[in-house]
Amino acid sequence: MTEYALILISTIWVNNFVLVKFLGLCPFMGVSRKLETAMGMALATTFVLTLSSVCSYLVNEYILAPLALEYLRTIMFILVIAVVVQFTEMVVHKTSPLLYNVLGIFLPLITTNCAVLGVALLNVQEDHGFLQSAFYGFGAAMGFSLVLILFAGIRERITVADIPEAFQGNAIALITAGIMSLAFMGFVGLVK
Amino acid sequence: MSTASPIRRASLPEQLIIPLHQHIGENSEILVTKGERVLKGQPLTVAKAYVSAPIHAPSSGIVTDIAEYPAPHPSGLSTLCIVIKTDGENEWADLEPVSNYRDLSTAELRNIIRHAGIVGLGGAAFPTAVKLNPGPDHPIDTVIINAAECEPYISCDDMLMRERADEVISGIEIILHTLGAKKALIAIENNKPEAAEALQKSLGRTANENIHVVAIPTIYPTGGEKQLIKVLTNKEVPSDGLPIDIGIVVQNVGTTAAIHRAIHFGEPLISRIITVTGNGIKQPQNMDVLIGTSMAEVIQQCGGYTENAKQLIMGGPMMGFSMHTDHLPIIKGCNCLLVETTEQRQGMQTMPCIRCGECTRVCPANLLPQQLYWHASSRNFDQVQDYHLFDCIECGCCAHVCPSHIPLVQYYRFAKTEIWNQERDRKKSDHARVRHDFRQARLDREKRERDERLRKKKEMLEKKKQEESQASTAEIDPKKAAINAALERVKMKKASTTVTPKNTNNLTEEQQKKIDEVDKQRQASKTK
Amino acid sequence: MSILSAIITLSLIAGLFGLILGYASIKFHVEGDPVVDKIDAILPQTQCGQCSFPGCRPYAEAIASGEAPINQCPPGGEATMLALADLLGVEPIALSEEHADEPVKTVVTIDETTCIGCTLCIQACPVDAILGAAKQMHTIIESECTGCNLCIPPCPVDCIAIVPVKIEPDTWRWPLPEQAHTAPGA
Repeated sequence: MTEYALILISTIWVNNFVLVKFLGLCPFMGVSRKLETAMGMALATTFVLTLSSVCSYLVNEYILAPLALEYLRTIMFILVIAVVVQFTEMVVHKTSPLLYNVLGIFLPLITTNCAVLGVALLNVQEDHGFLQSAFYGFGAAMGFSLVLILFAGIRERITVADIPEAFQGNAIALITAGIMSLAFMGFVGLVK
Repeated sequence: MSTASPIRRASLPEQLIIPLHQHIGENSEILVTKGERVLKGQPLTVAKAYVSAPIHAPSSGIVTDIAEYPAPHPSGLSTLCIVIKTDGENEWADLEPVSNYRDLSTAELRNIIRHAGIVGLGGAAFPTAVKLNPGPDHPIDTVIINAAECEPYISCDDMLMRERADEVISGIEIILHTLGAKKALIAIENNKPEAAEALQKSLGRTANENIHVVAIPTIYPTGGEKQLIKVLTNKEVPSDGLPIDIGIVVQNVGTTAAIHRAIHFGEPLISRIITVTGNGIKQPQNMDVLIGTSMAEVIQQCGGYTENAKQLIMGGPMMGFSMHTDHLPIIKGCNCLLVETTEQRQGMQTMPCIRCGECTRVCPANLLPQQLYWHASSRNFDQVQDYHLFDCIECGCCAHVCPSHIPLVQYYRFAKTEIWNQERDRKKSDHARVRHDFRQARLDREKRERDERLRKKKEMLEKKKQEESQASTAEIDPKKAAINAALERVKMKKASTTVTPKNTNNLTEEQQKKIDEVDKQRQASKTK
Repeated sequence: MSILSAIITLSLIAGLFGLILGYASIKFHVEGDPVVDKIDAILPQTQCGQCSFPGCRPYAEAIASGEAPINQCPPGGEATMLALADLLGVEPIALSEEHADEPVKTVVTIDETTCIGCTLCIQACPVDAILGAAKQMHTIIESECTGCNLCIPPCPVDCIAIVPVKIEPDTWRWPLPEQAHTAPGA
């Protein structure tokens, strides 16, 4: 049990995917303009990351390993993740319009993201088992969601404030992200 | 400073300009025509919509004009007004006082109040009859009579209670009866002991145990509806709700007196008490003024402006609007004319927000004025609403304490009117969409119907043709034969008169041969 | 050998996935695109055709399918463009030059002394806001007019004029106060 708790704490705080590992920076900068979209993105990411880490574990374990084709991991993971997400999107679209409204446009966006592939590859690298992989993916997504929502909240206020002209727009956003990253460095050494 | 002398009745002006739109809600419809003589208290308009109020002639005279005149409104725009040239006779129309209002049903009482054109005299001018009709789903427990002046400087309610306490109490009894409410609380600020005493005396005479006078602390803006309810009952009105949702109706004292006059004397609302005050006025005092009197005239009767008078404000110092001219009529919702000697906030240049949070501390509605300001100034209208812009009562506290002198309230008013405008646009576009879709459907239907008719016609023709051909083979009736013969003749004639094409003249033999060949082929194909 | 098995495995799996997705796209096909409705709800419904599409709905469909940019609606102006950008999650773009008129709300009026009752404008009006019959004088129902000006070109006697919508105290808007942008020293 402690093992899983540690995985969660580590992925959310200590080794945050965005601020420490610098993965998934494009949605972090791209969809953090509004709190509402950031939340939608966070939900979609949580869903995709958990699903993809599980799927890629299965593919790696039961298809690639027996056939000794581990060197095909990257291309295989991308293929699997894309298909699974696409398929889920179709099913959600048909069965639950409400859920589709929330996740709809974000699902395909997050699919082709480095964080997703990163989770799958890191799982293999660190020799995670099935449940460990699932928790690792989930934790990474939670960490991503946390900073994305925080960042969106900050940006929402920043956009309406009177920033010096030279810093307006993405400049101030990047500075903010940098300061947030510094802040998250403080979590290093949280778990011994 | 305006309570030193008693309420003075303003003298009858020569001309009264009465705007049609003095209340919240729809305009009423005009009943009179230009040149007509009207009597005092005669209705000039009739309210057709539910949320609306009629206006009445404040004095007898001739209607000289029905046209647009500048309105006492921050925009300075003009509205439709009825102008009456008074004849000085003050001749009343036939009034219908109610001898015993307890015999009447609540609906009848409401109707009288509605036809008397009574609106909330606290300043918002919401039609009172609508407020007195909470509907069966909202039983009213308490009626709160708002005797807390809405703003500093204003004293018209204070003077009214001092001098006409009986009218106020009588009006409250009518309201209690109309609403079927159990008790009424008269909320009076503790800086008005004379008014409280007058009310207590009057209460002692009527011996009504359901009406209580409650003293409340004099802290601006306790006169705000929701703030008053919180102070008195410790209940909070929900953010998007009305006081009736928690079983409370709030009425202004001036309104109660007007209700009293409407029921017991049959008098419509044609005058009101207004405070004329400020350092720019020579003799500040309260005046009983006919609706439609020019502001200039009222100020004249208060001794006129002092030498250093600078700015005329309609309403109080916190929420009032500055007026560009004093040639504007007094309307039902106008409780105060304030003349300031220094320009409002003169020499106080607006500076950037330093995020001190002082505004948040003073906001009586517990809002975040600073966030509202940021989002309003950057036209973030969704966000402004998320921060509950519409709970803002525009009391002006935040702007008053702002060390940067930011005109915060104006930002909120800007955002509110913009949002209303967007809402109107959206409604209009929805409406246009429905109409466009309907037109599209109609055009489609018409096209379908036309096609259908055409098809039917064709079928009919074909049928006829078939029948005809059958008929002609079966029996040739003489008439038809004659027609056919005629047709044949026409054809022959046509054939004979057809112009022979000139390009077949002077042909070579070869060409002629070719033509013959073609003709032959044509003949052959025809016989086939 | 290993290359062969890699190729076979990869193509097998890819083929399988292709089949699954193909089947799903038929099985889970959704009729109608809700995005079009949402876009249509944002557009001002003047049906004026200034976006180069014959009405608001066709433009909405074009936006949804990515054929048209979101900045072609002059009556909606910047507010509509921003709302569309927000809905579709795309960057706001400046109004295109030919569509960048300041959206002053207007309606049209018919000069009733000049009107000859030809009914051409009635046929042009997308929202049935013109009242009249052949050889009878026509008039505009102002509350229904969207200000699309589509009735002006067909009029043979030029009796239709554009007038701005009158601002009443009720529809008047408070102006945005002048802002102190930066600190005095800056």
